[in-house]
Amino acid sequence: MSSPEEWTHPGPGAPPATGAAPTAEQVIAGLRATDEGGADLVQLLTPEGERVQHPDFDIDVTAEELRGLYRDMVLVRRVDREANALQRKGQLGIWVPLLGQEAAQIGSGRALRPTDMAFPSYREHGVAWCRGIKPTDLLGIFRGTDHGTWDPVEHRFHPYTIVIGNQVLNAAGYAMGQKFDGAVGDADGEATICYFGDGATSQGDVHEGFVWAAVYDAPLVFFCQNNQWAISEPTERQSRLPLYQRARGYGFPGIRVDGNDVLATLAVTRWALEECRQGNGPVLIEAFTYRMDAHTTSDDPSRYRLSDELELWKLKDPIERVKVHLVKQQWADQGFFDSIEEEAERVAVELRDYCVNLPDPPAGRIFSEVYAEGNPVLEAQRDEFLAYHAGFAGGDH
Amino acid sequence: MAAPTMDRTAAGAPAAVQTLTIAKALNNGLRAAMEADPKVVVMGEDVGKLGGVFRITDGLQKDFGEQRVLDTPLAESGIIGTAVGLAIRGYRPVCEIQFDGFVFPGFDQIVSQVAKLHYRTQGRIKLPMVIRIPFGGGIGAVEHHSESPESYFAHTAGLKVVACSNPADAYWMIQQAIDCDDPVLFFEPKRRYYEKGQVDTTAAPGPLFGSRVLRTGTDVTLVTYGPMVRTSLDAAAAAEEEGRSLEVVDLRSLSPLDLAPVYESVRRTGRLVVVTEAPGESSISSEIAAKVQQECFYSLQAPVLRVTGFDTPYPPSKLEEEFLPDLDRVLHAVDRSLAW
Repeated sequence: MSSPEEWTHPGPGAPPATGAAPTAEQVIAGLRATDEGGADLVQLLTPEGERVQHPDFDIDVTAEELRGLYRDMVLVRRVDREANALQRKGQLGIWVPLLGQEAAQIGSGRALRPTDMAFPSYREHGVAWCRGIKPTDLLGIFRGTDHGTWDPVEHRFHPYTIVIGNQVLNAAGYAMGQKFDGAVGDADGEATICYFGDGATSQGDVHEGFVWAAVYDAPLVFFCQNNQWAISEPTERQSRLPLYQRARGYGFPGIRVDGNDVLATLAVTRWALEECRQGNGPVLIEAFTYRMDAHTTSDDPSRYRLSDELELWKLKDPIERVKVHLVKQQWADQGFFDSIEEEAERVAVELRDYCVNLPDPPAGRIFSEVYAEGNPVLEAQRDEFLAYHAGFAGGDH
Repeated sequence: MAAPTMDRTAAGAPAAVQTLTIAKALNNGLRAAMEADPKVVVMGEDVGKLGGVFRITDGLQKDFGEQRVLDTPLAESGIIGTAVGLAIRGYRPVCEIQFDGFVFPGFDQIVSQVAKLHYRTQGRIKLPMVIRIPFGGGIGAVEHHSESPESYFAHTAGLKVVACSNPADAYWMIQQAIDCDDPVLFFEPKRRYYEKGQVDTTAAPGPLFGSRVLRTGTDVTLVTYGPMVRTSLDAAAAAEEEGRSLEVVDLRSLSPLDLAPVYESVRRTGRLVVVTEAPGESSISSEIAAKVQQECFYSLQAPVLRVTGFDTPYPPSKLEEEFLPDLDRVLHAVDRSLAW
């Protein structure tokens, strides 16, 4: 970890203080910034598929475990691509792609235990997969049939939160509850993980979440996926400091991990969760990664970033490096890769069929479960509405 | 989570009927709720050692400890956002916002998460939390300390909004709000905190979300809540000396509104004056006026009139007596109604 003396102020490549469009020099400087994770980046598997050692965060992974991580990443990427295609065909209103962030999500998601709690934003389809949530359960939100259909209590995976940063405070409160319940303090302890993006670090709620978790020693891992862009705004628009270094100001450790390296992400997240379980308080992980697709299907990244940047990050693809490593180690043969592809295709077909056959909810869903204990004013409004509906010929509107 | 039963009395209460201020009644009510359910936690700025800026939580941290009465960092979104997480974990948090005008930094959490998580998850997540807000003017305070923001919350589905007006209601309503499995915005009339009244800690309370006729009358109905209840009762007493009989209804619940007693009253009196100190534009008083004309059109002898704060920011305190409805403005509206 770097010392404060190494903190640098923005150089000539920093974005201007005004709202003016960045110059070509600034764009190129930003490109360099996204290319290099810096000396503190924790990496265990290079983009070329070479296993490297790290003095603090090494990990033993069996061939079977690595094949499992590879399978997870391939399947969630296939789910993501299929959902993206379904949006293009008009079957989903919108989709939030995770392309490029598979290692950050699978590495951290597989570090969790069933008793841990996770608070996602809205892009954590890979973490949802790790929490045992069927990919089909993600569709209702984006098709507009529901606001989320998984059981957050059963899966210990909070509903997607669309307002940027709100879930960080909710996670801090949940982690405080874990501590108050005496569920931390030894290796069997519980922990909470909270996901957010680089843009969210500018939100007041994220700052407040850092403050609360710190002063109450909450067992909370802040997992920031720095995918370099908050829609069209680069990370340089969010911070003068590398994001992981912000943790020092709150009094807990911050670590930058190669978010395209599933092994490093797994190792660092396991360590951070263990810190929480033991009662040592929060940890900030900055997973240094890249959003290889648009922010959402409504976005057009060709307006604000260079294609060279994407090409460069393709060389760091989180799945390809694991595949290369599996081959080099002779831990997997072509039959294995083919079987994963076939499984991914089956998952995609199931997702597609489910999506196009997903029925519209009944009209009464509008009024369903607004309150736990009811509300007579709303119930009267519902009854009037349903009676009005029932008055149409054919009835079932 | 099963709601604890309500048949309990204040801690160490020597007698069933006590004379208490609203402030002390709230303190006793919080204490009773905390004793009844170990999952009830009180949280906010200065609520511990200081006992809150109005001392409503006085002595609670001493008796229940720092884990049940949390002195929090100074950030309202943080107080409310972490209370959401605690509620998901199984706690029943009671948040204190120091003053009405300070709730807005927490507004996003209240309307985006607190109000919607039950609906979003179709009942899989319940948020049994209370947000206490001392509200209204009349204490000579600086800006942001005298506002009446209740309509913002009544406008948001998923929230329940109540306002107490007397010590007995303060004692019982705070316990009922804590028992409720829905999030409740609990408005406390800060200018009335130190007014006294009788509290029967054994008599079963009425429903939390029901309005109540406090004074019967035959000529004009006054509908009000919170700090304006006292003003309206005083106006009714003054009107009686002039031979006019005013009925006074305390709404108590602002969302949902229990207007059945108001309709019944208006059908008898034919006249309605709504009294609030919140600005009238697009407000709870607007809602009442709209619904009463809809339900009681043929009974009305005069248009529904409103006596409210003005549609301005809350003024400097040297002008607040002009801004706040007083007995004379209420009686003037009564005169206008009767003259129709």
